[in-house]
Amino acid sequence: MSRLNYDVVVVGGGVTGCAVARELSRYELNCCLMERAEDVCSGTSKANSAIVHAGYDAVPGSLKAKFNVQGNAMMGTLSKELDFEFQRNGSMVLCFAEEDRPGLDALYDKGVANGVPDLQIISGEEARAMEPNLSDQVVAALYAPTGGIVCPFGLTIALAENACDNGVEFKLNTEVLDISAVEGGYMLKTNQGEFTARFVVNAAGVYADVFHNMVSGRKLQLIPRKGDYCLLDHEAGDHVSHTIFQLPGKYGKGVLVAPTVHGNLLLGPTAVDVEDKENTATTAQELADVIQKTAISVKNIPYNKVITSFSGLRAHETGDDFVIGEAEDAEGFFDAAGIESPGLSSAPAIGVYLAELIAKKAGAGKKDGFKSERKGIPQVSKLSFEERAALIKERPDYGTIVCRCENVSEGEIVDAIRRTLGATSLDGVKRRVRQGMGRCQAGFCTPRTMEILARELGRPMESICKNGPGSEILIGEGRTEG
Amino acid sequence: MREHDIVIIGGGPAGLAAAVSARKAGIQDILILERDHMLGGILNQCIHNGFGLHTFKEELTGPEYASRFIKMVEEEKIPYRLNTIVVDITKEKEITYINREEGLVTIKAGAVILAMGCRERPRGALNIPGYRPAGIYSAGTAQRLTNMEGFQVGKEVVILGSGDIGLIMARRMTLEGAKVKVVAELMPYSGGLKRNIVQCLDDYGIPLKLSHTVVEIHGKERVTGITIAQVDDRRKPIPGTEEYYSCDTLLLSVGLIPENELTKGTGASMSRVTSGPNVNDRLETGAEGVFACGNVLHVHDLVDFVSEEAALAGENAAHYVQKQKGGQAAEEAQSHEVPLFAENGVRYTVPQTLDVANMKDMVVVRFRVSDVFKNRSIAVYYDDQLISKRKKKVLAPGEMEQVILKKDSFSKYPDLKKITICTEGE
Repeated sequence: MSRLNYDVVVVGGGVTGCAVARELSRYELNCCLMERAEDVCSGTSKANSAIVHAGYDAVPGSLKAKFNVQGNAMMGTLSKELDFEFQRNGSMVLCFAEEDRPGLDALYDKGVANGVPDLQIISGEEARAMEPNLSDQVVAALYAPTGGIVCPFGLTIALAENACDNGVEFKLNTEVLDISAVEGGYMLKTNQGEFTARFVVNAAGVYADVFHNMVSGRKLQLIPRKGDYCLLDHEAGDHVSHTIFQLPGKYGKGVLVAPTVHGNLLLGPTAVDVEDKENTATTAQELADVIQKTAISVKNIPYNKVITSFSGLRAHETGDDFVIGEAEDAEGFFDAAGIESPGLSSAPAIGVYLAELIAKKAGAGKKDGFKSERKGIPQVSKLSFEERAALIKERPDYGTIVCRCENVSEGEIVDAIRRTLGATSLDGVKRRVRQGMGRCQAGFCTPRTMEILARELGRPMESICKNGPGSEILIGEGRTEG
Repeated sequence: MREHDIVIIGGGPAGLAAAVSARKAGIQDILILERDHMLGGILNQCIHNGFGLHTFKEELTGPEYASRFIKMVEEEKIPYRLNTIVVDITKEKEITYINREEGLVTIKAGAVILAMGCRERPRGALNIPGYRPAGIYSAGTAQRLTNMEGFQVGKEVVILGSGDIGLIMARRMTLEGAKVKVVAELMPYSGGLKRNIVQCLDDYGIPLKLSHTVVEIHGKERVTGITIAQVDDRRKPIPGTEEYYSCDTLLLSVGLIPENELTKGTGASMSRVTSGPNVNDRLETGAEGVFACGNVLHVHDLVDFVSEEAALAGENAAHYVQKQKGGQAAEEAQSHEVPLFAENGVRYTVPQTLDVANMKDMVVVRFRVSDVFKNRSIAVYYDDQLISKRKKKVLAPGEMEQVILKKDSFSKYPDLKKITICTEGE
């Protein structure tokens, strides 16, 4: 076996792949994670509802139900261990018509069957007492106090950094082109060469079917299901405090209104099946839908405070459940496929489950010296004035504000670049420290952040990208006057 | 806690002019706090000419205009801090700022002058559909990268919005060797100055398409093209009118928003129309001793008017401090605050109130109209009495207008309740 490059290769650096990698790093295993983008958290994990679902949605007995409820329960401890932003803000599913009540009751029953704690059906008045901007049309709501919101970048990057610090090799800008069985394992052909591994974890998001089908005769089909979102300014951030869902009913499949852990308000998503696995273009129709549908749940949403809109893809599996575990006809090939909602909520539990399966099969024991804790980048603007003053004394670059909308200092940007799996692009910096995520959407801070990236990476300004290659911000130097 | 008589937030054209004027009015202890690494603000990236015709009676570039005021500040030895960002201002006029050298510092001001300027509206505020590739810039960001950092941001350009910065950048990028294919403007009229349309678009053969907007952005890594379409009277795209332009860059010049995050801490009331604080004829906000001027108060077209407004704010802040200290208190009459109303095509006025008993001999009231009007008059009413009517060939939202109110005109109206500024037909 020693002729194989790795014990395990995880394909995909989204939240699922990073969670699996982090849990694998507890064991005596030589692991590698391959990600085609320049950074982890660059696909579906970066554009979603940022919700930790309570777990009442999924069909009892499904993998979605099992991993969601388990993942939700893990999230509080994990957020402290890995220092990412998570709040248990509670969620409500709104029922707008008496005739839809049976649907609400059914949802409650599913939640109980799935083991969701403390579920409650409350009246419209009770719901409005908790959430004053709710529509007057709400007749009842399912209240789930365990529902939460999380920073999807924070979670994914924390898992990745911790995995890396515990010995997992991360190969970024590495696109897996083909996987085939070889003696004792698999061969992965990539744009960076060929690698072999005893086990493969397929956590490739909307592409998981492609990789699965390379090695298995039991074909999978994933449909990219696109969802458009609108994000509102901090000024609208407290318009609701709970995550507000709509009961699928006569108004069709609903959209959510939720605060984010960063103090913004998030509206969306739509759900449109698309063919192109790269199609993350928003459309006028869908953005209009988001506005029209959210107005049904919540009154007076200040839509003029939208600061950006975006779109993400869900990896919808035609059987409507997660596909998790060893492929039946491909020994050593482990799928984490069809990870659509509640994937973000489930990822920590999926990670534990798959790592245990693989370790057992490999006969690997837990290794000594696993570091379960990871410390994030200090959020200077959230500190008290005293703490902030003390920090700037220690590190003066925490005293130079680069992003004035989100109050992000040069020190934080430098940290984002220098640390484990540090940022190499503007988006990488943004997802780590929120530079450019505010109301001016990087209008003021782009030139300065590019300078810092160029300086820290020792690269020319013209090579600085928004994200991957091809997304260079500048096309060259200006004309020099004769 | 360290104290200063006057603290000025922002070292752009407004802050500089306010500082010089406050010093001339007799205040020694002034501090300017500037977030960038040099004084001058956005003027530093405005390397085109056209500045200073009113103030200096000559045509200067932005950096030249700024340097005149910077020189005055230096000559007056007015202290300033660079790379310094204010993070909080309280009702008690306690200002907390941070920089590398001093760390985090809280100081107390006798008077505060807000001169933080404005920022550009981003793409997100428009909900433009499509991908989110590199190559989409607000016009000001592209201007900074081109003029201050010396880089080329694109080769083939589409511009959305005909605000002044967008127009200036159409010319600038053309001079840098880029091909500006079209400027699309959502409204049936341009938001920029007429002279900029002539000098920056017409002179270079760049088409301006009014009542058009961007309906799709193409390209996954970098912009590869833009689809624009005509819009109807409700500003909704008309199907079938789409036109595709291949390009690598989209510049947005779709409006400026005064940057008033800090203002809110002072408790000053805000205008929903200007997005700046409401002020009286002394340019004092609802928070006593807190003055505002320049683009943080309302977005201007010409820096000359910013300087003029800021000089007034500086002088009044100086008088406020002197009065607080009990020295040289000018004789003051019982105040008689009269609100100004903007009606019938006038969107707002600055100031929003006027103390007719204590005002200067004359006060300039600035405003913008809500639409393009031809052969209409600007009328001023004291209560229901028509005071003046001035005919204008063209009124446009892109050009700031003004009327001058004289103190002696109020002597016949001891019980005046309101002043109205409006447009009127024949």
